Amino acid sequence: MELANPVQIKDTSPPKNGAVINDFCITFSTINGSGSATANTTLLRAIFKMGVPVSGKNILPSNIQGLPTWYTLRVSKDGYLGRLEKDDIVVSMNPITFSKEQEYIVPGGVLLYSDEIKLHIRREDIHVYPMPVNNILNTVGIPAKLRDYTANMVYVGILAELLGIKMKNVVQALEFHFKGKESAIKPNLDVINLAAKWAQDNLKKSDPYFIRSMDANVNCIISDGNTAAGLGAIYGGVQFVGWYPITPATSLAETMHEYVPILRKDQKEEGKETCVMIQAEDEIAAIGMAIGAGWGGLRAMTATSGPGLSLMAEYLGLAYYTETPVVVWDVQRVGPSTGLPTRTAQGDITFANFIGHGDTQYILLFPGSVKECFEFGWRAFDLAERMQTPVIVLSDLDLGMNQWISEPFEYPDQPMDRGKVLWEDDLEKILEKTGEKWGRYLDIDGDGIPYRTLPGNQNPRSAYFSRGTGHDEYGAYREDPEVWERTLSRLKLKFETAKKFTPKPILREMARAKIGILSVGSTDFSIQEARDQLAEQGIATNHMRIRAIPFDDEIRKFIEAHDIVFVVEINRDGQLKQLLTIQFPEQATKLKMVARIDGLPLSANWIEEQISAKEASK
Amino acid sequence: MMNTDAVVHSLVHTNTVECVRNDYKGLPSTLCQGCGHNSIASQIITACYELNISPEKIVKFSGIGCSSKSPTYFLSRSFGFNGLHGRMPSLALGALFADHTLHGLGISGDGDTASIGMGQFKHLVRRNIPMVYIVENNGVYGLTKGQFAPTAEKGLRLKRQGVNAFQPVDICMEALASNATFVARSFAGDPKQVKELLKAALSHNGIAVLDIISPCVTFHNHENSMHSYMGGKALEAPLHEVTYVPSREEIVIDCFEEGETRDVILHDGSMVRLKKLEKDYDPTDRHRAFQMLDESEKKKLLITGLLYIEPYRPSLFDLYVLPETPLNRLTEERLRPPKESIGRLNQMML
Repeated sequence: MELANPVQIKDTSPPKNGAVINDFCITFSTINGSGSATANTTLLRAIFKMGVPVSGKNILPSNIQGLPTWYTLRVSKDGYLGRLEKDDIVVSMNPITFSKEQEYIVPGGVLLYSDEIKLHIRREDIHVYPMPVNNILNTVGIPAKLRDYTANMVYVGILAELLGIKMKNVVQALEFHFKGKESAIKPNLDVINLAAKWAQDNLKKSDPYFIRSMDANVNCIISDGNTAAGLGAIYGGVQFVGWYPITPATSLAETMHEYVPILRKDQKEEGKETCVMIQAEDEIAAIGMAIGAGWGGLRAMTATSGPGLSLMAEYLGLAYYTETPVVVWDVQRVGPSTGLPTRTAQGDITFANFIGHGDTQYILLFPGSVKECFEFGWRAFDLAERMQTPVIVLSDLDLGMNQWISEPFEYPDQPMDRGKVLWEDDLEKILEKTGEKWGRYLDIDGDGIPYRTLPGNQNPRSAYFSRGTGHDEYGAYREDPEVWERTLSRLKLKFETAKKFTPKPILREMARAKIGILSVGSTDFSIQEARDQLAEQGIATNHMRIRAIPFDDEIRKFIEAHDIVFVVEINRDGQLKQLLTIQFPEQATKLKMVARIDGLPLSANWIEEQISAKEASK
Repeated sequence: MMNTDAVVHSLVHTNTVECVRNDYKGLPSTLCQGCGHNSIASQIITACYELNISPEKIVKFSGIGCSSKSPTYFLSRSFGFNGLHGRMPSLALGALFADHTLHGLGISGDGDTASIGMGQFKHLVRRNIPMVYIVENNGVYGLTKGQFAPTAEKGLRLKRQGVNAFQPVDICMEALASNATFVARSFAGDPKQVKELLKAALSHNGIAVLDIISPCVTFHNHENSMHSYMGGKALEAPLHEVTYVPSREEIVIDCFEEGETRDVILHDGSMVRLKKLEKDYDPTDRHRAFQMLDESEKKKLLITGLLYIEPYRPSLFDLYVLPETPLNRLTEERLRPPKESIGRLNQMML
């Protein structure tokens, strides 16, 4: 191949410390909207197909086109999927951030950059490879309108050659991405092939980084948490989705729009739809619709993020008090206010817990992996209908929008739990059993959960009037002090009952550990890596990942059993720790806050440093 | 008002769904004596009884305010949900998908609809969900004891706030602008018209907005206001005489001369017969409806009657391919994808 202007490759010395195989991090710096997501996920999937554990994270601006955007790929033979705070390899396609990025590269690391960038390279301790992006595109003869979208494929080809990513796996990844559409695959693959060929002919590899096939991903899938959650809901028999677009929750609802027609064709009435989806005019309407549907007996949900959840506050209070099942997915982002809409956080924990005026309570679920997003996708409906109350599932942007290697989704291992619903004959039976005593809010079983009837029930005694105003066991308007108190006490009892149904915490133990760690959600990946690092220093830890509120009694026992318990979370004020302090005041002095909010997922290093520093200062 | 014979008849006479009029009643009203809302409640009871709709086939919704309290004063055998201020439309929309065979009946007020709830109201209308949406419009906030409502006339004086400086919101105009398929205005002091319009609204396959001027005798009964009984009676200008004709009934009405009546056949085969009064009015002409509302505002007249109707536009339910079985009666085997599908799904995630 002849290029118009062959580039001069700087000859750097060969790897000093030997090869680095399957254990490094690549950061891609591109311009938002330039189609870099296709290039990046192609690499992610190709590495995955080689059997090597890999994770990818977008670090996006809140912008559609034009601002800098980053993507990091972490390759980890040990299977660590959390964020790493270092750049081994930087691929720079963006002149604006070029100078800054050089600073982050580890000594002996790699800088690949588009040779269109004519800026000074200050670092002398890194391996530098300019990439002749335009020359390659010209040679392939990419039409002008597609140039921007295929330019990033140049680094896919060069990296494949440089690191040893197999071209057959790259092709598989492209086929997946473009759903086998040849007309889309071909121009991209042409660029990749030519770029790889160019690298083979012109680059003299001096860096130590290699990817070598493993078999770590047997039976694994790749998905983001939002896709998993939407699919889980579909397997949970969701019947109504009212939603309003908001980053980072939009893809959850959009996944459902995509898969409902495929997975939810009525088995009995051919061609009929068993799930209704409506994009509402705002989040208040979205939750209103979902609560209406839940009241009507449908498995109903919405998906939102912090600002949307704020708008839903009044309706959630109504649903709590009228005992209406509904599922809310809150894919958390950085707040307050509009905050950092494209950055991750666990900042809605206290808000979600206390949402609404007066005395309220909710069932909160915290999925900690993609697989669990799927599981809680269906389980949340069982809980909401069994307990007749809102269930708020707190995911986050990191889990929801990034691609994760995961064990495959598991078919629900339990039949649907529709809770205590009385249709025409059921009502007759219960009236007979109780001696004509049934009321919508009457606690017949002593577990705080009443029996409900649904609109459409033709039994003349089935109807009741739902209201946010004070009501007695029969749904009648009442302002009597004792009635109000009685109802609120029963609701509290109901949440005690809820503990029998909520997912138990997950405990991971090490021998002779005196230190405990408590966490929720997506921090799990970095926490496990941090625990390994701490263990290497001789600090053994036990970890309990909480999966639900109301808090399980196991959590109290866990705190009791340890000298000190670090509560790790992504927010400023230690919100999970605050709730634990309220729930277990007698244990509160043992709890230590390990919390941070900078818009990024917590790294294992940071967690390890915090815990070891606090241990050392004891 | 019904005459005594009719009252006695309805107490013992069962309709075709085996109900007497009392089966449609609610609890005693706690609203003020003489409140227009009570009169509307009474017409709802009669309309549903006469239409032979089983009370179990109706679902009531309301927001917050005096109007929104009233659903407990009729149809005790119907399910109901008294929701949030201004947010009843979303609640109703979600709930009605649970069983598409039910009749939705929403009761709101002028504050609930045209102030806090304007957004949800207009989007409900835009989606053309089959339900009756009644605005009990008294131009004042009653439950908080007399503040300006968005429909209050410009120049209205209230005890504490002084004079209203703003143009009122015209709910029918807003409904029309949002492409409502049924828009009517009536007056609680004209019970016959209210009843006939209610029956037509309940038979309409789409959103039916009924803006009913319903005087607040406690906070807004100024005789020079069209929101009062006296003002309403003096200013009411019916567009036509409305008669609802059920589909099964053979249409035998006194012979009218040509051009004297207009018949609109509704989706379920029933019919609204509009008898011409002073001028001919075509309720299928949307442009004319806007014009009429504009003129009536300028002339300070309370125009009543069926302002606009489009009987055959697909409703929200028609846009979905819903099973015959109500969604809330579907069981697990129709809701959860079969077990063998999970393997294929996981394959798609590789």
